[in-house]
Amino acid sequence: MSSSVPISAFLALALILFCIGLYGALTKRNTVIVLISIELMLNAVNINLVAFSKLGVAPSINGQIFALFSMAVAAAEAAIGLAILMALYRNRKTVNIDEMDTMKH
Amino acid sequence: MSGEFLAFIILAFIAVSGGVLLLNLTKVVHMVLALVATFISIAGIYILLSAEFLAVVQILIYSGAITIIMLFGIMLTRHDDQEEPKGGWGKKITLFLGVVAFAAVVYLGIYNLDFPLLDQELHVNNTEQIGVALYTKYIIPFELTSIVLLVALIGAIILAKRDNEKEADEK
Repeated sequence: MSSSVPISAFLALALILFCIGLYGALTKRNTVIVLISIELMLNAVNINLVAFSKLGVAPSINGQIFALFSMAVAAAEAAIGLAILMALYRNRKTVNIDEMDTMKH
Repeated sequence: MSGEFLAFIILAFIAVSGGVLLLNLTKVVHMVLALVATFISIAGIYILLSAEFLAVVQILIYSGAITIIMLFGIMLTRHDDQEEPKGGWGKKITLFLGVVAFAAVVYLGIYNLDFPLLDQELHVNNTEQIGVALYTKYIIPFELTSIVLLVALIGAIILAKRDNEKEADEK
């Protein structure tokens, strides 16, 4: 089964999504949106891994396994990020990331 | 134009427009809902790349679990929150130019990348292949992942736990 879509198309899509996520993570003020932009960046990287696992120099299942591991770590990161956000919101009553500028409360 | 190429174009368009909506909408809940479209179309991209198991996992974990947990985060903090554009155009333009420059540099590296198509059997018993690889070659990382998830679970509970003694003192 040969693919008619070249690998550079998948890589370009992943690049666009990564840049959208990067821009969102750097400009948005709400911490939840910053977290979800980081999830979008991780997803873009997963597209690259899966694309190379099928269309790369040495196609094998390993790319999909790596994508699975990075999904597990991303889920853990989202849970921890939300927990930190809750703790900060209880103390500071804000979700804006530019008001979270002290190391100690 | 083959059907596969057409499917790729449609899925890529939905994914990118979801991301652009994330950047341009004003209500926080709408942003998260726009990103669900992106996550689901990325699952479609995985199917095009003959990774059916990953596509299902993507729908379960991203458009299911992570979206819901982010919505919980919004609802428990300030659910009527809006992203107000607060000045800072200079910073935004600088960041935008930086991101575009990064994209251009990476694009120069990938735009004519082409490998010879090799035979692969990824689409045959995809889930079985993943299971066999996980339980033979990657057994130690697989078990370590369970520890990571356990630590993340306990850490999230401890971080989000209400500090009862401290609050009793304050009252």
